[in-house]
Amino acid sequence: MTARTASLWQFRQPSVIPGFGLALGVTLSWLILIILIPLSGLAWRSSALGWSTFWALATDQRTINALRISFGTAFVAALVNVVFGVILAWVLVRYRFPGKRIIDAMVDLPFALPTAVAGIALTTLYAPNGWIGSLLSPLGIKIAFTPIGIVFALVFVGLPFVVRTVQPIMEEIDKEVEEAAATLGANRFQTISRVLLPGLAPAVLTGFALAFARGVGEYGSVIFIAGNLPYISEIAPLLIVIRLEEFNYPAATAIAAVMLIISFAMLLIINMIQAWSRRRYGYGA
Amino acid sequence: MEVRVQNIRKEFSRFPALNDVSLDIRSGELIALLGPSGSGKTTLLRLIAGLESPTEGTVYFGNEDASRKTVQQRNIGFVFQHYALFRHMTVLDNVSFGLTIRPSGRRPAKAEIRKRALELLDLVQLSGLEKRYPAQLSGGQRQRVALARAMAVEPNVLLLDEPFGALDAQVRKELRRWLREIHDRTGHTTVFVTHDQDEALELADRVVVMSKGKIEQIGTPDEIYDTPNSPFVFGFIGQSNILPVRVENGQLWIKDHSIGVSAQGEADGPAQLYFRPHDIELLEGNGGCIAGVVTVTRRVAGTRHVELDIGGANSRVEIELPPEKVTSDHSRVAFRPTRWKLFRD
Amino acid sequence: MAHDATTSQTSSGNTELVRVATSEHRLARYTLIGLALCFVALFLVLPLAAVFREALRNGPGEFLTVLSDPETFAAIELTLLVAVIAVPLNLVFGIAAAWAIAKFEFKGKAFLTTLIDLPFSVSPVISGLVFVLLFGSHSLLGPWLQSHGIQILFAVPGIVLATVFVTFPFVARELIPLMQEQGTSDEEAALSLGASGWQTFWYVTLPNIKWGLLYGVLLCNARAMGEFGAVSVVSGHIRGLTNTMPLQVEILYNEYNFVAAFAVATLLALLALVTLVLKSLLEMKYSAQIAASRRH
Repeated sequence: MTARTASLWQFRQPSVIPGFGLALGVTLSWLILIILIPLSGLAWRSSALGWSTFWALATDQRTINALRISFGTAFVAALVNVVFGVILAWVLVRYRFPGKRIIDAMVDLPFALPTAVAGIALTTLYAPNGWIGSLLSPLGIKIAFTPIGIVFALVFVGLPFVVRTVQPIMEEIDKEVEEAAATLGANRFQTISRVLLPGLAPAVLTGFALAFARGVGEYGSVIFIAGNLPYISEIAPLLIVIRLEEFNYPAATAIAAVMLIISFAMLLIINMIQAWSRRRYGYGA
Repeated sequence: MEVRVQNIRKEFSRFPALNDVSLDIRSGELIALLGPSGSGKTTLLRLIAGLESPTEGTVYFGNEDASRKTVQQRNIGFVFQHYALFRHMTVLDNVSFGLTIRPSGRRPAKAEIRKRALELLDLVQLSGLEKRYPAQLSGGQRQRVALARAMAVEPNVLLLDEPFGALDAQVRKELRRWLREIHDRTGHTTVFVTHDQDEALELADRVVVMSKGKIEQIGTPDEIYDTPNSPFVFGFIGQSNILPVRVENGQLWIKDHSIGVSAQGEADGPAQLYFRPHDIELLEGNGGCIAGVVTVTRRVAGTRHVELDIGGANSRVEIELPPEKVTSDHSRVAFRPTRWKLFRD
Repeated sequence: MAHDATTSQTSSGNTELVRVATSEHRLARYTLIGLALCFVALFLVLPLAAVFREALRNGPGEFLTVLSDPETFAAIELTLLVAVIAVPLNLVFGIAAAWAIAKFEFKGKAFLTTLIDLPFSVSPVISGLVFVLLFGSHSLLGPWLQSHGIQILFAVPGIVLATVFVTFPFVARELIPLMQEQGTSDEEAALSLGASGWQTFWYVTLPNIKWGLLYGVLLCNARAMGEFGAVSVVSGHIRGLTNTMPLQVEILYNEYNFVAAFAVATLLALLALVTLVLKSLLEMKYSAQIAASRRH
């Protein structure tokens, strides 16, 4: 009886493989030192502000606008990436064309290219006197130094997330499923829109969430192209930096706390949707 | 609907998968395409479906040339080996799919679609599971959903590709019997592919034995088993013994003695004697028989399998005896085939 | 590619009918490829081309002159130093974490995995901010550090800490799925043959994961050298002392010294290209020995 209760409360299952203590010890101490202590420092500092101070700082109009711009542009950029990411993944998985290998490798460029470099390059391209900006400005379209510019930078940064989450799932689609739809009379459009794409939904959702989360926090690639006009094209991470430079630590802390809370809440919701999808459909991504 | 396949040839990048294949399938028939892997049986099925197109030749549905039609237009029901269910749809949605995607002119009303799908689920004995997702079903249940889905479009012909291939032995047997019942009740012209001879012989009205892109023999299960018309069919279906013999004056000879089997009308010369282990009679004595020494005996279910060494090259023969006939190793057994066939090179 | 198998046989007129069943109309295919290529050109190819073009705007001579600037040189040195410290630290952590998570079953494993991924969902600026709040002059530790003459913020240790924070999950994330896939039977076999724990790791586990490990290190290094937001917050932007290459790019750019800014940027872009090439080579040659999931 005692043996059974002991095994019920056992922390880890027995194994002949050595090194658990050492490996977990290194992992936990590193995790606590590098991640948890600094992050809890942020939590402690924001709770030390007191609720009313915190609320006042968080609901400051400039802060609210900055948060709205960060989350709004990240949302739009993630949507754009969903559309083009799925198309790009489809083209890479399904079709053969010259240069496909290179394009496939290029998709990871935003992971490898430092964000500051991406920022100045995009600005140079899309500024009114840039390669593309100069084509658009006669039409009255301004991209750089407007919120649209922010969206462009975030599309760049988030591009690989949707492609790389959808691509492997797309590769695994059983050809029989498409043939089954065709034998039942579905034309190609119906097969894609009613059978293939809905099957990809969990992967697309994951890619969207990753691109969105990355976009909300993005700083380096945005600040060059955004124009950084307070209330209009000023993102929340930039406002944190500005407050820090003003030595206004309470305000910086409050904005950071609000950003973290919203981001974590969204990740939690998406994790729950995924778990639900896995339970129901037997798959997720 | 009757289906005719005429002089079909199919090449995959110059590799011939089917070579001049013709086959008439009668309306309401249950046909098995049987053969080893690579024999072209699945290719033939996919050609009938319109999932492949022939390099040469024609497929007729009734009197209509179906090779001009796409798979969507042919109105067939296809059941895939790995079910190919739509995993993001419920069982009910899977079964209704073929009807819901029809253009509005030919699409039944929603309630009608639902009613028909539920009836089909009842037919395949899955009532009550309509709200489940494929992931929540067993393999056998999934295969039955796949069948219901294929039948929902009221297909001209029902095509099944190794329908029980991915299931374990017990479920296979059950589904086999059950498929026959469904077929008898609905009367769909049905073609299924299998590499399992028991499945083909037990289930089908007629069996089409294929090998290397050609049809070897078409016939009822009895014809296929009792009168195989080629060494391949003899070897592929059931067990068989092959002995080199000589025909002389209407008698069969092995080396220098007659085995007491008369072969009237066969030309003189060397030949291969094919016979099944159970198509024999035991004899006493020395003349006019095949005699050998027991090397191994095995009890298999209701019969005793005895391996004999009859001397010479290709000298191993297996015969089946009633279980009460006990033979000890190295004892001598004499027998004579009662039903046999000769093939010459 | 099964899809191409059916389309490649154009000799028969009937082939067209089958192609319609399981692949798209040619027009739709070309449209999709065109859309994808335009998207890639606008967001990936042109920006990359712009970097090199702007850097070489006034010819290669000026490009080289700008690069030989001592401040730029200091920035390169600092960037390499930070990467040389941060990457090995996260390498050791990554192996330890993957060993604990992939080879053992214990309570709270899923939660631990989530915690390791945490830095991915934290804004780089916040990653820097947490260290400012921890070590700044007004913080709990600040006065104590100051009285002992220890400089963390606006100095190399702060930059290293912020970089380690940001690149924390890279190696672990690559190794965990890979080692989970490989299971524990190889290690158990080695142990049963009398190998010690370290021998087992060194002769059995490490050879199995080396390409995945290299892959993780590659991505970790690219991020470590290119990190901007977090480093920007803790560095203090002291020229020639605490500026990494990305920060140097920003400073030069904001001074309207575009050629210089893009010249430094080309170095980082080259780093990115080398990373991509190595990454693709690893994926092509050792795809089975790199983790099944290609996500970041």
